[in-house]
Amino acid sequence: MTKPSILSCEKVTVAFDGFKAVQGMDLALQPGELRFLIGPNGAGKTTMLDVVCGKVKPVSGKVTFHAKSGSIDITKRKEHKIAELGIGRKFQTPSIFAGLTVEENLEIAMSQNRGVWAALRTTAMKKAERERIDAELSLIGLGDQRALRAGRLSHGQKQWLEIGMMLLQEPEILLLDEPVAGMTDKETEKTGELLQEIVRKRTVVVVEHDMAFVRNFASKVTVMHEGKLLKEGTMDEVQRDDRVAEVYLGRRRDVDAVG
Amino acid sequence: MLQALTAPRTRKLWLLLGYAAAAAALFSAPLYLSDFRLNLLAKFLAFAIVALGLDLIWGYTGILSLGHGVFFGLGAYAMGMHLKLAAAGGRLPDFMDWSGVTKLPWFWAPFESFGVAVLLGILIPAALALFLGFFTFRNRIRGVYFTILTQALVIITVTLFIGQQAYTGGTNGLTGFTKLFGQGLKTDGMKTGLYLATVIVLIGAFVLCRYLVKSRFGKVLRAIRDGENRVRFLGFDPAMYQMAAFAISAALAGIAGMLFVLHVGIISPSMMAIVPSIEMILWVAIGGRGALVGAVIGAVALNYAKSSLSESYPEIWTFFLGGLFIVATVFLPGGIVGLAKQIGPLFRRKEAVHDQALNPVLRESNRSV
Amino acid sequence: MWLTQLFNGLSVSSILLLIALGLSITFGLMKIINMAHGEFIMIGSYAAYVTQNVFKSALPKSAFDAYFPVAIVVSFAVAFAIGYLLEATLIRFLYGRPLDSLLATWGVGLVLQQVARSIFGAPNVAVTSPSWLDGGMRIMDGVVFPYKRLFIIGLVLVCLLAMYLYIYRSGPGRRMRAVMQNREMAACLGISTRRVDGMTFAIGSGIAGIAGCALSLIGAIGPTIGTNYIVDAFMVVVLGGVGKLVGTVAGALGIGMFNTLFEWWSTASLGKVFVFVLIVAFLQWRTMGLFAVKTRSLD
Repeated sequence: MTKPSILSCEKVTVAFDGFKAVQGMDLALQPGELRFLIGPNGAGKTTMLDVVCGKVKPVSGKVTFHAKSGSIDITKRKEHKIAELGIGRKFQTPSIFAGLTVEENLEIAMSQNRGVWAALRTTAMKKAERERIDAELSLIGLGDQRALRAGRLSHGQKQWLEIGMMLLQEPEILLLDEPVAGMTDKETEKTGELLQEIVRKRTVVVVEHDMAFVRNFASKVTVMHEGKLLKEGTMDEVQRDDRVAEVYLGRRRDVDAVG
Repeated sequence: MLQALTAPRTRKLWLLLGYAAAAAALFSAPLYLSDFRLNLLAKFLAFAIVALGLDLIWGYTGILSLGHGVFFGLGAYAMGMHLKLAAAGGRLPDFMDWSGVTKLPWFWAPFESFGVAVLLGILIPAALALFLGFFTFRNRIRGVYFTILTQALVIITVTLFIGQQAYTGGTNGLTGFTKLFGQGLKTDGMKTGLYLATVIVLIGAFVLCRYLVKSRFGKVLRAIRDGENRVRFLGFDPAMYQMAAFAISAALAGIAGMLFVLHVGIISPSMMAIVPSIEMILWVAIGGRGALVGAVIGAVALNYAKSSLSESYPEIWTFFLGGLFIVATVFLPGGIVGLAKQIGPLFRRKEAVHDQALNPVLRESNRSV
Repeated sequence: MWLTQLFNGLSVSSILLLIALGLSITFGLMKIINMAHGEFIMIGSYAAYVTQNVFKSALPKSAFDAYFPVAIVVSFAVAFAIGYLLEATLIRFLYGRPLDSLLATWGVGLVLQQVARSIFGAPNVAVTSPSWLDGGMRIMDGVVFPYKRLFIIGLVLVCLLAMYLYIYRSGPGRRMRAVMQNREMAACLGISTRRVDGMTFAIGSGIAGIAGCALSLIGAIGPTIGTNYIVDAFMVVVLGGVGKLVGTVAGALGIGMFNTLFEWWSTASLGKVFVFVLIVAFLQWRTMGLFAVKTRSLD
């Protein structure tokens, strides 16, 4: 019944100056899956995303991307190569290009030929490209701000712009780090809708703290704790798990170790 | 009426008219300027070409190079070598005689041909920039680290040129040029011709930079300035873009150096040393980084101020120069163009102001260390 | 003679170290590239020159030899004071903007040079070194270590020890390290970051002043004396990594030694090229210098 996975991490370990942020973590994603990665602060969730998108190189372990063209070992590739293969990443703090207009931000994200030569020869967008950007702008609700410098957007608008950029990048796997952090309830709701839209076409991993937000989606949840896998299952299963409860309610360490 | 003036289409028309007027003024300058002033202006316009290249790399890409004096100098030496050989007329250049060199060194021989000299004057600076860029940008050596390395590049190049006196003319550099294409360099016709050639090259460089900035290439450069790492996660390799921009910028400096030698008749290591290199930065800073017109205006205005001030009051000039560095970075980060953009809207309707008041380069370019 | 070269290398390194110390600390602490640092060397040199002249004209001849210890203190004090003033009036507007600070402080350097030129004249002036530093220590035939250079090395060691104690063993030093690692957090804990910045910048400038005083022993001094050393000192910072004393020491030794050795093996001009190539090659291997602190943040 299990389909072949699109991404598999095996025994991944990451160390920063001796401190092990991730220790022997396993993670396998099915194509088209929406996976939530939760856990207390310092559990290594963001670091796992960093490993998958190439920002951090693990000291040991394997990360394999099963793309349509064949299996590729991610840990040996540079960041821009990984992005080109089809793994997109949205960071925790909105990182858009403040000096470019909203439209220019999207244009850059959309361009599929990313070499210097191609960029040198491209002056104007084609009609099809323009239409895609128009469609994207109305999806993320920034149609009126298209000529505005992105640095002037509100926090929520920046997050949506970045999600829009990720969508235009057309990755096979999308890694989202706390997409609703710092948002108002209304903004969170709209982001939830966007996310539903995104999930339909691709594999998505979301790191999230907001449990209420996670519960809106009926999907698999992976709980991490101290750099290790603690529990994997549906939200209900996870919530019933004693160890997870202990970790979140902050019981004594020794109890945790026994469990 | 006022609104019609500020509508985008009308603004574009005014801008085009402005460019046309500026070009006309430059082309007709030989008619109303004295020979001395024309020669001075020609020199300033050559400097403006350097400023365009610097703006591309600093204003748009956020990379501060204090090494453009070297690229400028390499172009200048390429042309100087050709002129020196032309002046020697088949014999060895005079300074080689004095140093006891008996045979023309192999790397001098290609400069006999004007075409090859021009080509090398562009390619050598570009190649050096590519070389340095390859070993820095690819390893994410950037920000001030890169800047300091470019300054070190200046020091070693200058020391090398002074040290290898037999091949470079040492401290005195190359001078005593007489002919170009068999014609005397000092004739009125030659001077006017060289001036007009400079105007044409400057316009060409401006059009080229404008194209680059408006193309997707330029957008990626600005994106790199705002967030180099973010660009990487969109699948672009920033190093390739930085290398390309740096090489184009160096090539423009080389072209400017060649024109400079033709106007001034001398090139020496002191003209590509640390101080001239950093003065080039000031042209862009004063004019307004991230604005091509600003770079040209800054180069011409500052050099005009220098030539009128420094001869009569060298002390005041140094104070002035030092003060400008402080003012330009602390109080006027957008330069003249930025100032105009801030003041301009005061006279216009509000809605036209929407989003152009502040040049975004200001803080963002300083973010990555 | 290789022993002589080794000694010369050590001598060059020690002066570079003195200059780079202040640069490394101010960059690590405030993300300021202080191009005017070289002018603090000049200030120190001229302070020594003035002290010497005062001793010559105001005190009996027998007291002249005592001027140098006084000059060291004066050089430090003057450079310290001007550094403090500069930080308070200009530098603090440039925090976290390394490239802008580089250009602005370059302007400051130009102004300071011109001030020196206006006061002392453009030609170099000479400082007479005290008689107890004449001559040298004879190691073997043909190898003599001049007392002046030995004295400078000793002086640098004393400064290094003082800096070590200040940074790692004193209250102000602890506060400085706290600000260097996390400015906001330190401020929240009640550390006056303004005062820490001002003091640190001033101390860095003061040490450059001592370097200037030391340089007056081994050569004539002029308004542009600092520019000869500043770029090499920056290369020390690039090589050694930012914000760690041990990195600066290693960087200074590396650049000073290789500079001397390469110049001995080839010519002075080719030697510089070799050192530059070596530094760029080294950076391929360790991008952030020898002793960089590894952190999780990328930008």
